[in-house]
Amino acid sequence: MTKRREIADGMKTRIAPLLASVQARLGPLAGMLRPILVPFLAVVSALMIGAIVIAISGRNPLLAYAGLIDGSWGSGRAIAGTLVRMTPYVFGGLAVALAFRAGLFNIGGEGQLLLGTLAGAWVGYQLALPAVIHLPLALLAGVLAGFIWGGIPGFLKSRTGAHEVITTIMLNYLAIGLAGWLLNDNRLMKDPSPTNVIARTPLIAESAHLPALIPGQDAYPSASAAPEIVHWGVVLAVLATIAASFFLWRTVWGFEVRTVGANPSAGRYAGINVPRVITLIMGVSGALAGLGGAIQVTAVNYRAILGFNVGYGFDAIAIALLGKNNPFGVLLAALLFASLRSGSTRMQSLSGVNADIIAVIQALILIFVAADQLVRWLYRIRARGLEERTTLTRGWGR
Amino acid sequence: MTRGRFLFILAVIVVLIGAAMYLSPSTLENETVAASMLATTLGVATPLTLGMLAGLFCERSGVVNIAIEGMMLTAAFVGYTVGAYTQSLILGLLAAMASGGMMALLHAWLSVTFKVDQIISGTVINILAFGLTGYFNDLLLRRRDVDIQSAGLTPTIESLADRPVIGFFFKPIDALSDVSVIGPIFNQKPIAWMAIILVFVTHYVLFYTTWGLRTRAVGEHPHAADTVGINVFKMRYANVVIGGLIAGLGGAYFTLESTPQFEPLLTSGRGFIALAALIFGGWTPFGGWAAALLFGAASAFQSNAQQFGVPISAHIIGMIPYLLTIIVVAGVVGRAFPPAAIGQPYQKE
Repeated sequence: MTKRREIADGMKTRIAPLLASVQARLGPLAGMLRPILVPFLAVVSALMIGAIVIAISGRNPLLAYAGLIDGSWGSGRAIAGTLVRMTPYVFGGLAVALAFRAGLFNIGGEGQLLLGTLAGAWVGYQLALPAVIHLPLALLAGVLAGFIWGGIPGFLKSRTGAHEVITTIMLNYLAIGLAGWLLNDNRLMKDPSPTNVIARTPLIAESAHLPALIPGQDAYPSASAAPEIVHWGVVLAVLATIAASFFLWRTVWGFEVRTVGANPSAGRYAGINVPRVITLIMGVSGALAGLGGAIQVTAVNYRAILGFNVGYGFDAIAIALLGKNNPFGVLLAALLFASLRSGSTRMQSLSGVNADIIAVIQALILIFVAADQLVRWLYRIRARGLEERTTLTRGWGR
Repeated sequence: MTRGRFLFILAVIVVLIGAAMYLSPSTLENETVAASMLATTLGVATPLTLGMLAGLFCERSGVVNIAIEGMMLTAAFVGYTVGAYTQSLILGLLAAMASGGMMALLHAWLSVTFKVDQIISGTVINILAFGLTGYFNDLLLRRRDVDIQSAGLTPTIESLADRPVIGFFFKPIDALSDVSVIGPIFNQKPIAWMAIILVFVTHYVLFYTTWGLRTRAVGEHPHAADTVGINVFKMRYANVVIGGLIAGLGGAYFTLESTPQFEPLLTSGRGFIALAALIFGGWTPFGGWAAALLFGAASAFQSNAQQFGVPISAHIIGMIPYLLTIIVVAGVVGRAFPPAAIGQPYQKE
């Protein structure tokens, strides 16, 4: 006990002045870096524990992390793969973050994205239109499907008080059931070609393809090729981030959303139509996830496939939490998660560490971010002022 | 749990079994179909019942538990791995329960001590469980090529009836399972029986003991409980961990009793269904059990319909429980009242 105390005190006396001197030297920059200090330390701590787990499993953690970096940022192709993987994460993370700002926890990202892929793919293969109309229509279909699938729990929450965590989880399974039904039946949406045994739609028309960012790369090898071509969806993701940020802090709607999240009663007294805000923000949240799905269809897979996005909803939650529900934070967090994901294959081939370690590291990051007191206590950082805190458990089980 | 909701659940179960009898080919006796439906219902309901009870202890003490899924998945993996390496059913079972308890301890630590939002804490545990089981499954099971089938795990009631001491309890059950038509209903395995016994035990503990009264007090009005000298933190910790142990038992059902093998994401959302059963049943042991049986009956109907080529897609029938849950939480069939202080971290003044 005393030994632990000694070590802790030692850390306190050594690290605290170090941080203070760094802060003094960096001056104004430190003020800018402060909001990302805790998430950054959370990532560092998680990577360190991850290294210990890897070492215990008898592998070389340094080699593993070298592979991780090489696989995600080591070459042009690697960077492209990372950016492409980042795109759906950004939309999912923004979806969770926006709902979170209104005090709502959207676990339904997986179902909303799935509906977005189904709608986008249907428009993509069913209709024959010029590209100028076809592509936007396919994306819009994804937005609309996501809006409906996210709006239902919002509507139920505002009218009957049904907690969105339960309803979004149930809607995930309903979406999976719906997709299973549609994609396994030749008369519905299943690819009817005689050789096909997979639950997937036919390929979408070329007029619904989201083009590559660099025109020369428009070769579109095959739909199953690794995602190594940066498409316009990446730009859309960045634009969505800017739009979400503008929406939250520069519009009346954003103000209403944040007020409802901070204190619904205060919002009601201020004349905000709380039920409408709740329904709409859940719809918008779902629409973002749905758009992410439609982009995945029109830019990467060129069809909807059952079961390619298992766990997407939880990844989206992790990204929103790591990004502190700030759109730009979400962008950074999505980039980090995409890097982990896209580097994991190279890591496995280089060091023999199973790619599932990524999920462990992600969970550890989350623990440190969620319990930020833990990070503050570990690194002796004092909290500055009161942070905006939202209670998600309000009205649980109603 | 209102009487209306209870009757609603019973009616749906009866309708599902009736529909299965009606849809099955005429060569099959109606009694046989009903008995096999009931047997499947009980089997499917076992992990749901245990998960529901896990959530019940946790939430009655005022801590939201959406981590049942993660706890069950961890326990399913640990139970199987320990069982495989030690070739011992009992050690596997104990390890499963202990690992469920450990995950619950983490949940309590985050949400009671650090006052992290309980839904976020639960989400973190789920993600951690997905990651850890995936990683160590690859490391310990897939690459080493071990299995526990040779150890003769998954005992039947018959084999237990011959054992000393415990045989006393299982003999009458064994006798019942030999009766011709209703036999299959009673021919359940040990964890399934433990789940049913635990429902009654939980009801007694929660409503007829000091412990239960304190647990409910801490969940309804922690300040008042604190005033009369109940340690709110200790009660919450204890109940969350008890829940974790029960969830561990539920996890063990998957790999030690149902099918002796582990694969990633094995629990496939049944922890969330258990949570739905808890809410469906209005935070009462019997209400939750009835809801778990309803989900079980829906699942039994699905496999039954598939078997006899009913012209409705199995995917559509499989959606019934989820749809019902949404309808129920939307308050269409009777209102339920959650513990008043649920979700609020306790702050001593």
